[in-house]
Amino acid sequence: MSVLIYVELDNGSIKKTSLEAVAYGARVAEQLGEKATVLAVGKAETAELEKAGSYGAVNVLHAADEKLSHENGLAYADALVQAAQQEGSKVIILSKSGLGDAMAARAAAKLKAGVVSGVTALPDTNGAFKVTRSIFTGKAFATAEIKSDVKILVVKKNAIEIDESQLTGTAATVKSFSPQLRDSDFKATVQNVEKADSELSLTEAEIIVSGGRGMKGPEHWQPLLDLAKALGAATGCSKPVSDLDWRPHHEHIGQTGIKVAPSLYIACGISGAIQHLAGVNGSKCIVVINKDPEAPFFKAADYGIVGDVFEVLPKLTEAAKKLK
Amino acid sequence: MKILVCITNVPDTTAKITFTDNDTKLNKNGVQYIIGPYDDYALARGVELKEQSGGTLTVLHVGEADADPQIRKALAIGADDAIRVNADPLDSYFVATQIAHIASQNNYDLILMGRESIDYNSGVVHGLVGEMLGIPSYSPVMKLDIDGGTATISREIDGGKEILKAPLPLVLGCQEPISEWKIPNMRGIMTARTKPLNVTEPVSVETMTVPEKYSLPAPKGACKMIPAGEAEMLIRLLQTEAKVL
Repeated sequence: MSVLIYVELDNGSIKKTSLEAVAYGARVAEQLGEKATVLAVGKAETAELEKAGSYGAVNVLHAADEKLSHENGLAYADALVQAAQQEGSKVIILSKSGLGDAMAARAAAKLKAGVVSGVTALPDTNGAFKVTRSIFTGKAFATAEIKSDVKILVVKKNAIEIDESQLTGTAATVKSFSPQLRDSDFKATVQNVEKADSELSLTEAEIIVSGGRGMKGPEHWQPLLDLAKALGAATGCSKPVSDLDWRPHHEHIGQTGIKVAPSLYIACGISGAIQHLAGVNGSKCIVVINKDPEAPFFKAADYGIVGDVFEVLPKLTEAAKKLK
Repeated sequence: MKILVCITNVPDTTAKITFTDNDTKLNKNGVQYIIGPYDDYALARGVELKEQSGGTLTVLHVGEADADPQIRKALAIGADDAIRVNADPLDSYFVATQIAHIASQNNYDLILMGRESIDYNSGVVHGLVGEMLGIPSYSPVMKLDIDGGTATISREIDGGKEILKAPLPLVLGCQEPISEWKIPNMRGIMTARTKPLNVTEPVSVETMTVPEKYSLPAPKGACKMIPAGEAEMLIRLLQTEAKVL
């Protein structure tokens, strides 16, 4: 018996959020007296997959069929279900993402499993199996008991603290895994994929520098980009900014955009409408820079500067450069 | 083309969330309810596709009678008829089972809904419905065109987007900018009163999860203000005090 954890790959590397899911799954396995097994689908070097061992995994099942080289939630869910059945897994864990939710849902229907998405903490496995998750876009939490035999948890970033310095160097054992693939999962044909290879993923980023209408126009974005570069941060924006085409839609952070949970979120010239807050309230630390002292975002911030972003940002960039 | 659009009935995005009955129930007092914002996008695109194809659009909600004003609004926006499954849903699995049951009786070509509800934020109902019906599901869909029996879908993926061509039937979770939200006009509001809103009882579902209690995040501490003239100090505090650099 094992707790099965699915890890997402990005260009052959395990995503950071998935490594968190491995650490989370390993602790659940420890609570249940089981071992942690990882499933990875797609191309990856064995040495990369062995890294899951540092986060507590014992084994890694690797499905590397050429047909699975393109991300396909339907086929990946089939692989997940077959891996769970092979391992006798009663608890399946994925990290919160579009793919994680899609796979969890399809697998839950196949396995008649209770699925809880947005899990924010380790489950209470003392007797009943209870999980707590984020609801109302971070404005509240709900705790529920999962009654089904098989339980599927989709965990949010930062659901547990990981001390990277405490990780062991033990490599996981990587085994080849060949799921039965169904033709019906490959009916859709991919016409085109556009990925911004050079940019840090917002959902993976530890630091995000984000701009709003206070940046006054796309031609004034350079000071924000300079700070992001100095901090090694991803860049985001508010909804009005993407609506105005100042920045691309995939940078839109908020209730109807991307929800992020970095360690540090720096909001520049964003007033903090409740819909924007809903997308950032999972951040560990929020900094707000705005010339309006009444901007509602200051109420949600840990640190604030009332001032002109075009005067403040260069100062922060210079200070950030000196960190190295 | 037969289209089914599934809508949620959720507290307005600005609603203050509190709980009653020893934190076991949402306090609905003074809360304004709306159609889920993502569902509004699905509905708007569904109405456009219906008008283009000359097909039909049914709106479906799993919930209690207090959602009827939002269902009537969807009818006013352009749905032909509505179904409400009369139940207080416990979880996503319950909702998906009800949707799949209705859909299995009616052979819809396209089942649209928001990428997630803004109350429970699970984002799994479209996937559950797709698997229960044995048809593909994709989300979040930002652009959708139908040509004959084939859909061209632009959907968001991590750090970008991908364009798919897929045969109908499909279940899709939608988000902006798939369409502009539609506001009902007076003619729509008047005709919505006469359109059918059929209420049906739920099919039985094995209990997967049982809600136990709700809680609120710990209150936020005061924001530490730093003078703009000493902005550099912020970087030091982020490193030494907040320990996030």
